Amino acid sequence: MSSVPISHILILSTALFFIGLYGLFTRRNMITMLMAIELILNSVNINFVVFNKYLYPEKLDGIFFTLFIIAIAAAEAAVAIAIIINLYRSHKSIDVEEATEMKW
Amino acid sequence: MSASVIIFYIIAVFILGAALFAVTTRKIFRSSIWLLFSLLGVAALYFWLQVEFIAAVQIAIYVGGIVVLIIFSVFLTQQSGKEMPKTPVRRKIASLLAVLCGFALTALIVYRYNFQPTSKPFAWSVNRIGTEMLNTGTGGFALPFEVVSMLLLAALVGCIVIAMRTPAQPAKKGVEIEHSKLSSFSSSTIEKEKPVITEEGGVL
Repeated sequence: MSSVPISHILILSTALFFIGLYGLFTRRNMITMLMAIELILNSVNINFVVFNKYLYPEKLDGIFFTLFIIAIAAAEAAVAIAIIINLYRSHKSIDVEEATEMKW
Repeated sequence: MSASVIIFYIIAVFILGAALFAVTTRKIFRSSIWLLFSLLGVAALYFWLQVEFIAAVQIAIYVGGIVVLIIFSVFLTQQSGKEMPKTPVRRKIASLLAVLCGFALTALIVYRYNFQPTSKPFAWSVNRIGTEMLNTGTGGFALPFEVVSMLLLAALVGCIVIAMRTPAQPAKKGVEIEHSKLSSFSSSTIEKEKPVITEEGGVL
């Protein structure tokens, strides 16, 4: 376990973050953008747990941050999906390019 | 090269591959299933890091809650067999360039920063997590805990209010179509009902 350097785990979470960012940039469908945001939040969680485990093993702050981020991500996903379903009801589309009424 | 090192790299490849398919596949249902596998891979990484509590929370909330919610919304809003429109090549190249530059910069900084891991064991337990989370003294997390519970309540009420169908919506494009459909439907039913009435009248 100790033979895997910390930087490799951090590079894994960095790669996951930027894959999520790529999805956020290229997709125009709201549900897939929400999925990309979930990937980004997961990479941040990995970082918190790894820093807590390897650098400050006598504390628990990273674990608490991870738990709170998971709770807020659940609330965020629920609200986002409610908004998406409402938008689909009124516009028959969940493409972000077509929801331009609040643009100006 | 021990077994745990090999397991770590297998988990890493699994997470990144599933995430890559999740953001690039053009069928939205497949995309959500790849997201499910990626989140399961992250849970496996937590098991590998020996923080089983976070792994259990990850599986219960992400895999069991959020992905199911996303799949429900896919079924409610999309024809899941249909492919999404292709991303324009210019946008694809530009975002790929931006993402690769960001990744290179961050990975370089992470790689060159010399992290010094301590050899002390990571002493977490569910007991300790619970005690510290509800502790009101220094280092306790009672206030954030309460704030998060208020946030969850607000999100619950907000979801119900947003998703509730209001009876008198202002006329928008989709609603107008619905109204015209409704009115045509009701008028046709009335027309169908009319002869019945006249027949009854005729009978009477």
